[in-house]
Amino acid sequence: MTAALALTGVRKRFGATEIVRGVDLEVRAGERHAIIGPNGAGKSVLFNLITARFAPTEGKIALNGGEITGRKPHEINRLGLSRSFQVTNLFHRMTVFENVRCAVLWSLGHGYAFWKFVDRLRDANERAREIVERVGLAERAASPAGILSYAEQRALEIGITIAGDAKVILLDEPTAGMSRTETEAAVALIRKVTEGRTLVIVEHDMSVVFGLADRISVLVYGQVIATGTPAEIRANAAVREAYLGSAAHA
Amino acid sequence: MELFFTSLLNGVTYGLLLFMLSSGLTLIFSMMGVLNFAHASFYMLGAYFGYVISSYVGFYPALLLAPLAVGAIGALIERYGMRRAHASGHLAELLFTFGLAFLIEEVVHLVWGKSPVPYRVPPSLDGPLFTLFSATFPTYKAFMMAVSVGMLAALYALLTRTRVGLLVQAALSKPDMVEALGHNVPRLFMLVFGGGVGLAALAGVIGGNAFVTEPGMAAAVGSIVFVVVVVGGLGSITGAFVASLAIGILQTFAVAVDYKLPFFDRVTVSQTAPVLPYLIMVLMLIARPRGLMGTRET
Amino acid sequence: MTRSRLALWAVTLLVLVVAPLVFSKGFALSLLCQMGILVVFALSYNMLLGQTGLLSFGHAVYYGLGALFAIHVLNLNKVPTPFIPLVGGLAGLAFGLVFGYITTRRAGTTFAMITLGVGEMVAASSLMFPAFFGGEAGISGNRSQEPFFGLTFGPQIQVYYLIAAWLVICVVAMHALTRTPLGRMANAVRDNPERAQFVGYDPQRVRFLMVALSGFFAGVAGGLATLNYEIVSAESLSALTSGMVLLATFVGGVGFFAGPILGAIVITLMSTVLAGYTKAWPFYFGLLFLSTVLFVPGGLTGVVVLQKRLWDAGLLSRVAPVYVRMAVPGLVFVGGAVVAVEMAYRGVRLPGAWLGTFAAMAVGLLAARWLWRRESDRWAAALEALAGKAAP
Repeated sequence: MTAALALTGVRKRFGATEIVRGVDLEVRAGERHAIIGPNGAGKSVLFNLITARFAPTEGKIALNGGEITGRKPHEINRLGLSRSFQVTNLFHRMTVFENVRCAVLWSLGHGYAFWKFVDRLRDANERAREIVERVGLAERAASPAGILSYAEQRALEIGITIAGDAKVILLDEPTAGMSRTETEAAVALIRKVTEGRTLVIVEHDMSVVFGLADRISVLVYGQVIATGTPAEIRANAAVREAYLGSAAHA
Repeated sequence: MELFFTSLLNGVTYGLLLFMLSSGLTLIFSMMGVLNFAHASFYMLGAYFGYVISSYVGFYPALLLAPLAVGAIGALIERYGMRRAHASGHLAELLFTFGLAFLIEEVVHLVWGKSPVPYRVPPSLDGPLFTLFSATFPTYKAFMMAVSVGMLAALYALLTRTRVGLLVQAALSKPDMVEALGHNVPRLFMLVFGGGVGLAALAGVIGGNAFVTEPGMAAAVGSIVFVVVVVGGLGSITGAFVASLAIGILQTFAVAVDYKLPFFDRVTVSQTAPVLPYLIMVLMLIARPRGLMGTRET
Repeated sequence: MTRSRLALWAVTLLVLVVAPLVFSKGFALSLLCQMGILVVFALSYNMLLGQTGLLSFGHAVYYGLGALFAIHVLNLNKVPTPFIPLVGGLAGLAFGLVFGYITTRRAGTTFAMITLGVGEMVAASSLMFPAFFGGEAGISGNRSQEPFFGLTFGPQIQVYYLIAAWLVICVVAMHALTRTPLGRMANAVRDNPERAQFVGYDPQRVRFLMVALSGFFAGVAGGLATLNYEIVSAESLSALTSGMVLLATFVGGVGFFAGPILGAIVITLMSTVLAGYTKAWPFYFGLLFLSTVLFVPGGLTGVVVLQKRLWDAGLLSRVAPVYVRMAVPGLVFVGGAVVAVEMAYRGVRLPGAWLGTFAAMAVGLLAARWLWRRESDRWAAALEALAGKAAP
């Protein structure tokens, strides 16, 4: 079986400093895979390499067996990979419903059409309504995204990410800055909406990671030092030393 | 040969004048992140102020007073207009300078009318300096070159030798750093803006009588200055210098050459002169938005 | 479509039909024609600035080239007069495709700079090809050809109704466009291009299509101008024209579909009616623009919409006294400024007059600031109440 996402020898240099130093990573189809690591380990850079915000200096990235290195973000998205952003990244002046509706248009084949009204696209409206409901924002559907509360914006962010029905979902610290209860709600939501898809999640909060992930990869100093089930990772001595050691400094 | 030398000297003079404008513009852009659409309008104000002031106290005091006055006006505009526009975002700032250019032109219309004013080269600088082959080289052109080069040297000294200059340099490469260091960035902005438009005004004082002082002069030179900073690379003073000379020489040469273009049998090279700079600018923006020596994209 | 919206369209149509019967004098009629043309042009501009977030300094290129192609085709005597604006539109579309491809490779300030460069380039080429661009004198044409269903389009009133018809077609089409997938994604790209990429859209392609389509409508406006004035000069594609449409659109309000309509009406009135009283009208218009940028980024439409929302929320009565009290010192200041401008223009050199004027302005300004310090709380409270009512 081909991996949903496979990284081979991926490196990224910014000037003289190498942030990602030869990462090999395989995410199996249908699993929930977490990438953890101390601050500055290169998690976000790795994330941005996969989603083509940066081009890797070396190495290959493949989505469902097809190489995506050097592709543009919208092309990667069309191949079935969707991402959320660490800093909430919405269409602020549009309503919640409009945000989600924009996110479903491409996957339903409406493209750049300027000869049909969005209000009459039954499939897009139904799907958007369904997603707004699923992320628990039905009552806020008509509010501009810019005036939502932080937790609500994060929920909308997840809604937009899954709206296009991508099979591989990347979430960048989806619970950052949330309270305990909000985090629990967010984890439940993520579990629910990523059912049957491949999930890659970058996260700081260990309770989120161990509660959600099927497998975990530990990134330290730009390299993956271990990959395994939560139990294996917990028991891994190298992880304990490297990760907890530097986490104490951070 | 004769044509070549006169064109070259004219081109260099014009290029140096362009540099006085483009250096201020690129300083303002690098520091404040805003393209000052009204920059050439301050050049025009400099010419008009130079005309008025020199009619009272003579040309040489005006050479100093007019740029100071225009610089002060610029600082006030930065303090009470730009700063407010800056708060509402990048677009508002750009639109503000655009509206300012429009308004300054109207002010000039209101105060000095639509026709050119008789701003003339002072008698002491009138007349030929030397004769090269059979063409004469006017004293005033030499004076313009001297002022431009002197200003260039002063600017260089200011940037490399003084505290403010070092701060400006730091801000050019790392805009966030300076604020983090605790310097009064808003006041620095006001100073840079005032200084930048003061430079433009100086160019106006010496350019206004060499060419024509009229309400259209800002628009005529304004878009060329944009070409210069884009081609040279926004944020790079050296780039602005190279591009100023290149565009200045290119334009004077193209005007002087009368060859017919192949394929366009009714079009001469001199007719393409107005189009060339913009063509170069558009190509540059597409192929290399950083410009020749720029460090960052527009 | 809601009933109130339907009513709005019906009223607009009625006004368009009845207006020339009320304002039947030659001057008023040509004023209406001018307005109609500028409305189409400004709306096409707002497809870029308001809807896609693209600041263009060269929009007159499409308008001017549309007008030029229209007049050349008109002079061929092959296309019936009512379809001449379509010729302009197709020319605008063609150049929109070409220049749009070049300009939309970058966004933000770079886009603005490239449009400036392209605009200057086209304007400068008018010197190279005077036969096509008309040189200094421009190119004239004659709109009354073979009668088309009994209409010669010679009389101004016939041209008015032709412009009105095209205006309605264009406004309906541009409004419809905002409600299509492309229109919505243009908003999305304006708000957040990076996010738009991750819902599958190429921002560059969205911008390109919007530039091309707005080129079409700008070209139609150019074609209408051809019929109205029967002369096209190089000025129609100059930076001045590009600047004017930007000013009109922004003053009207870029955040609302109707904003540019209001802006076009205001600038036409200023450039004709106000210009009859004072030569300083561009100065006042410039001031209006700068005040809009600094104080009311939503434009005139934004101001109107805010009042309407206050009214709907029953809060207008609370802020009305603030308006009345602020109006007194405000008018003193503005009045003083107007007197100063007019004196400058007329070359008044009486020191007493200047001193008095400046004193009045200073008093007005100081009084306004003093008053505002006392009134601003009430104003802020009303806005807060409005925001509170908007949220569920």
